[in-house]
Amino acid sequence: MTNTTRRSERSEPTGQSQQDAPSAPDPGQRWRVVSARRARRADVLSRLRTGTALAAGRLATTTSRSLRLGSGGIIGGRVALALQPDLLTRLVVDKRIVVITGTNGKTTTTHMVAQALRAGGASVSNATGANMLDGHVAALMAEPRAPYASLEVDELHLAQLTDRFQPSVILLLNLSRDQLDRVGEIRSVEASLRRALRQAPGARVVANADDPNIVSVAADHPHVTWVSGGCRWKHDALNCPRCGAFLGELDGAWECVCGLRRPNADWTVDAGGLTAPDGTSERLSLPLPGQVNRVNATFALAAAAALDIPRTEALDRIRRLRDASGRYEHTTMAGHDVRLLLAKNPASWLEMLDLVAENDRPLILVVNSRQADGHDVSWLWDIEFERLVGRKVVVTGERALDLAVRLRYAEVNCEIATNVQRALHSATIGDSADSVEIIANYTAFRDLFAKRQQH
Amino acid sequence: MTDDSAIRIALVVPDLLGTYGDRGNALVLAQRLRWRGYRAEIVTVLSSAETLPDSCDIYLLGGGEDVAQQAAVNFLARGDGLRRAVNAGAVVLGVCGGLQVLGTSFTTGDGATHHGLGLIDISTEPGPNRAIGELSTRSEEHGLGLLTGFENHLGRSTVGPAARPLGRVLHGIGNGSEDTEGAVSGRVVCTYLHGPALARNPALADTMLSWAVGEPLSELAPFPELTELRTERARAAG
Ligand SMILES: [Zn+2]
Repeated sequence: MTNTTRRSERSEPTGQSQQDAPSAPDPGQRWRVVSARRARRADVLSRLRTGTALAAGRLATTTSRSLRLGSGGIIGGRVALALQPDLLTRLVVDKRIVVITGTNGKTTTTHMVAQALRAGGASVSNATGANMLDGHVAALMAEPRAPYASLEVDELHLAQLTDRFQPSVILLLNLSRDQLDRVGEIRSVEASLRRALRQAPGARVVANADDPNIVSVAADHPHVTWVSGGCRWKHDALNCPRCGAFLGELDGAWECVCGLRRPNADWTVDAGGLTAPDGTSERLSLPLPGQVNRVNATFALAAAAALDIPRTEALDRIRRLRDASGRYEHTTMAGHDVRLLLAKNPASWLEMLDLVAENDRPLILVVNSRQADGHDVSWLWDIEFERLVGRKVVVTGERALDLAVRLRYAEVNCEIATNVQRALHSATIGDSADSVEIIANYTAFRDLFAKRQQH
Repeated sequence: MTDDSAIRIALVVPDLLGTYGDRGNALVLAQRLRWRGYRAEIVTVLSSAETLPDSCDIYLLGGGEDVAQQAAVNFLARGDGLRRAVNAGAVVLGVCGGLQVLGTSFTTGDGATHHGLGLIDISTEPGPNRAIGELSTRSEEHGLGLLTGFENHLGRSTVGPAARPLGRVLHGIGNGSEDTEGAVSGRVVCTYLHGPALARNPALADTMLSWAVGEPLSELAPFPELTELRTERARAAG
């Protein structure tokens, strides 16, 4: 199983604004007069077309799989979509669909939601990370009769999706800087998400109460459930996303002069445990590490609750997750027990540095700068690598030298290796029997995960 | 708490101008001072401050979006601390949006023309598309030579008669007028080498530091990964 197509499919920002533009000037007009006979004929044709599209899509999927071209998911979805552009709207009929978006934690949370929904019945998911329309079609095609679906959606593609149908639940995890040389700046992502929500007034929105950018996205929606799990990365929300006024410290309540304010949370999660809207509290211990995953799990529980799935059963299933498409996975490489961690922007690096601060294992840091990562690595200077002083560190990846210079200024000693295998055999790590933490950015992580799966 | 003998480096409104790792320039300058035995202090001035103090030795302005850029000009025009500091000999680095803010005027994507602070003779208009990618230039300024970095901007800038270009473009867009990149005038430097520009260009960092310190600086042993990085990036720029 590979997920090579995820971000590399993203179009350039200039193209995105066109794609995201509202499709029709008059959204009220959704019908037109057709004679009964023609309508019936059109319907029959369309149904035939859907059948053909599904069959062709499945054929493409199996062919792709048997030729070992990958999971086949995307290609199947793409073939089916080409034959029946309306396919997505047809596949979602009578299904309860939870969509998950935000800068960080989408894939892990999508896995958690899929698990939670299984407490209610069969559920499909695009948790391999294919998070645009063809990936959604592929996931839904896999089991068209499943009553539930958990779909990860790219932040800039939610508006496209809600233009086609209204999901039952929309999870808005967080919003921070990511791949700035390609994707629009936060302001335009926020505007696109707000438009997406306007197109889905019937959905239940579950949103992060501690992230001002997300609060701005969701505040005007009629059905919002707010989740609070703290806000570690504050640098992208120092100023109000609506009016630009300075917000200051975000710990606790904040309120802007324009009226935007931190809403009261319905779900709260901290180190002590979880408090649900009914006021009940419980401990929340998960195999997946860190506060970041406790927050993700709380979002998944809120989604399950919105679909009347009992919390105990949902949580029981979420607890079975030990990794999410390789994230947080423990495995063996070159004789070392290693843990694989994904960090692709300053906010997720902060979370992963929090996690590795709990031990003193040697670290391998891997940074690439392909299109899916963003060609610009200036963000390395937004991360407080000073925290790693005194630790054993090896750097590798296409931008190992940028990392090494950054660490030099942070006065962190490091060794440079040509690849992860060499890093595992380096003098710094070498014959040490210790477990090793590997933190890698997007394509670096993807390559590691793919390689590990070949074993 | 301020340390009288320390070189004070102001990180100017990073909440408005700080999109691309701009804090890196402050870290680089402070560290290169400390490694030479000077004391350095980074002073972060957020837009919630009353005004910008005029008592710092070095001022760093980073990049930001159009709206933030205008807000930064409004903040900096209030109290005029930056102009007083420049007149008293302070060193200023404006990166990307910071270049436009320091200049005489800039026209934003919406067609509106705004006054800059006028601290350096450079003006900016929107170009036909965003200039995104590796940028390398050669500077005639004493001791600078090859400058390397990444650019990401829509603006195209023209250096006026009261300033000179910081460098000549070898690869990339730069100012987008003739083959110029950035501008220098007195101790005010601006460039489209965005974000942590000084991390890749230690000679520029040291030039600014020697101005601020008021004496020639001792040589720091070059670190091999930086030399290698500059070679690698110059190759990547083509
Ligand atoms: Zn506001």
